[in-house]
Amino acid sequence: MPLSSADFSAIWLTVKLASLTTVILLLIGTPIALWLSRTRSWWRGPIGAIVALPLVLPPTVIGFYLLLTMGPNGYVGQFTQWLGLGTLTFSFAGLVIGSVIYSMPFVVQPLQNAFAAIGTRPLEVAATLRANPWDTFFTVTLPLARPGFITAAILGFAHTVGEFGVVLMIGGNIPDKTRVVSVQIYDHVEAMEYAQAHWLAGAMVVFAFVVLLALYSSRKTRMGWS
Amino acid sequence: MIQVRLHRKYSGFALKVDLHLPGRGVTALYGHSGSGKTTCLRCIAGLERAEDGFIQVNDEVWQDSRIGLFVPPHKRALGYVFQEASLFPHLSVRANLEFGLKRIPRSARRVDMDQATQLLGIGHLLERNPEHLSGGERQRIGIARALLTSPKLLLMDEPLAALDSQRKGEILPYLERLHDELDIPLLYVSHAQDEVARLADHIVLLSDGTALASGPIGETLARLDLPLARGDDAGVVIHGTVSAYDAAYQLLTLQLPDSALHMRVAHAPLALGRALRVKVQARDVSLSLQAQEHSSILNRLPVTVTEEIPADNNAHVLVRLDAGGTPLLARITRYSRDQLQLHTGQALWAQIKAVAVLA
Amino acid sequence: MKIHAPRLAVLVAALAFGSAQADEVQVAVAANFTAPIQAIAADFEKDTGHKLVASYGATGQFYTQIKNGAPFEVFLSADDTTAKKLENEGDTVKGSRFTYAVGTLALWSAKDGYVDAKGEVLKGNQFKHLSIANPKAAPYGLAATQVLARQGLTEQVKDKLVEGQNITQTYQFVSTGNAELGFVALSQIYKDGKVTHGSAWIVPASLHDPIKQDAVILNKGKDNAAAKAFIDYLKGPKAAAVIKSYGYEL
Repeated sequence: MPLSSADFSAIWLTVKLASLTTVILLLIGTPIALWLSRTRSWWRGPIGAIVALPLVLPPTVIGFYLLLTMGPNGYVGQFTQWLGLGTLTFSFAGLVIGSVIYSMPFVVQPLQNAFAAIGTRPLEVAATLRANPWDTFFTVTLPLARPGFITAAILGFAHTVGEFGVVLMIGGNIPDKTRVVSVQIYDHVEAMEYAQAHWLAGAMVVFAFVVLLALYSSRKTRMGWS
Repeated sequence: MIQVRLHRKYSGFALKVDLHLPGRGVTALYGHSGSGKTTCLRCIAGLERAEDGFIQVNDEVWQDSRIGLFVPPHKRALGYVFQEASLFPHLSVRANLEFGLKRIPRSARRVDMDQATQLLGIGHLLERNPEHLSGGERQRIGIARALLTSPKLLLMDEPLAALDSQRKGEILPYLERLHDELDIPLLYVSHAQDEVARLADHIVLLSDGTALASGPIGETLARLDLPLARGDDAGVVIHGTVSAYDAAYQLLTLQLPDSALHMRVAHAPLALGRALRVKVQARDVSLSLQAQEHSSILNRLPVTVTEEIPADNNAHVLVRLDAGGTPLLARITRYSRDQLQLHTGQALWAQIKAVAVLA
Repeated sequence: MKIHAPRLAVLVAALAFGSAQADEVQVAVAANFTAPIQAIAADFEKDTGHKLVASYGATGQFYTQIKNGAPFEVFLSADDTTAKKLENEGDTVKGSRFTYAVGTLALWSAKDGYVDAKGEVLKGNQFKHLSIANPKAAPYGLAATQVLARQGLTEQVKDKLVEGQNITQTYQFVSTGNAELGFVALSQIYKDGKVTHGSAWIVPASLHDPIKQDAVILNKGKDNAAAKAFIDYLKGPKAAAVIKSYGYEL
């Protein structure tokens, strides 16, 4: 196989980035989705729109603003420097932050739909059966929303793997830190190394197909509320 | 003693009630849809919060807005049965039943699994999945699940409304058993008078968010000043005592309360001295100036006329009667009234077909 | 979407008419030459009456697009190898290739006084990020690595390098302050004989291979008079003055 060690390290980095991003997104996306699916607050519209922004914005826009805000003159950059962390651009941590923002709607929306589909009735039933809200969340909401969590995790992971524009803008193409597969492919094409570009690009196509196949064939019609 | 004082407002609707209800037996919250009965029940459960309210169930106060007290629903010792059974689809029947039971400390459990499954006849369903059950089975499981939390108050929100009449008939006997065998006060929301007449000891009549009446079922159903009496299915509930049984004809003789009067009812045998409630519909009562000996009608009661009002139908009138202290309603034609020259204080005979008495 | 037949006919006619017009030339321009070409194009259009449509991008990317049928008629490459490659592969009009500019490399910081006139700042090694263009794809990046190698700094700065995919992005990293300094094209920071902002060391041409930027007429522009006119114009004195004013050699 004509893949170099640089290609493999790009693949490993991509998997690491996507996994970490997915875990973080499930952790912070769950409360956001829960809130969005339950609240009647005026803020529901604006917050929902902000979460969905990456769906419509070109990734370069997100990357551009991240480059500015995480840079030494940006608010985030000044805050991280004040914390003694330096700036986050050109770092793996910066990429994780970028990916979390970029893939947010792909995790929040399936979760939000799942929570909304559950409705309030099961929660009321659980309350009348003496379950406190946390108890209800873990024993009723989570199990009932399981298909939503599976969809959210798959989409979050896959979308992060497919990320390019944001990484390009804030990554700096550093091996083992920010050079992910999509950037590596771009590099190969720019350097006219078509054989390697083909192998990596082909692998991405296969990966994306397998993921979507798993998603579409595992989606059950069951789990309705009776 | 259950005390419920609620004031809840939302756009286009206000609920304002101040109820003192018996701390035992079945109390029906009766009214048309939109009368506020479900809102009232949800406020008592804490699923909705009345801005201004005081709720006390026997010795526990669940809400007192004057001192800012609001006990969240999961800390109220209540059982709630929703209109649809609302079983958890991700849990088996057994796990559904155990959901509440597990969360009750052992020392506080007064209903156990065997008792609940037996009472509702669901022992054979325990390992099944809720989605493969009939509506009636699901509702029985919902009731058992609520019972297993050993509630101090059981709330039911039209538990039969989503079922067809056959399934209703299937569940009603279980509800009567609850009433007879468990000492848990039950608040029962319904808009079906036949259910109320069969189950309730006490009735609260709600209309447009206010309570028009609250009182024992027998008296309240017989009140002519309430819209209840004007309905087509109006009638009274009589709490009688079994005094004889004719096995050959399968007829039960029932002594009316605090009186020497008797009624005969087609019914399965019951022990002497047992209490039995029957409903006598107003349209099944006819009036006569003399006792008609030669008739198929078995029940002839000497009564006096206490009150008379026009019915919803212009050709009918409603007459309230007193049968040795027990109120009765009769719906007769205006023509008959004039023929009998009906007036208050008049002594008459009320005739009731034994087959028309609902037991 | 449904396209109505009459509209389709109009569309086809417009496209056919557009391509048949002899006074328009489609030019693919290496990103570092963006500013000069805009000035030159304005003069060219005014002086000749032809119209110039420019696309800006990375040289490697243009190569791939040209090989796959992109409609460019003239290509201003950021290097000489790509133009040569296209020539060898028969994608250009024979004899059209020439060097239109020689790029100058600059070590630049957006901060005033940060980069000294001799580039000693590199040896001082007090920075966190040094931005260069991707050396595999961009000639300025390759030149930057040569400069570092000649100064024996390759190992020392290895972990501080951040790569822009092209010279534009390299400039962006520095201008936003995310990298304290970087090797950019002088043309990006130079106007009318001086550095416009920040501080810079204009790297002597002796420290790296010359960054020759070659232009070619592509096969698609073979019969286009405007393409030929533009190449002639680019070789002329008026264009040369503009090119020099942006810090390029000739």
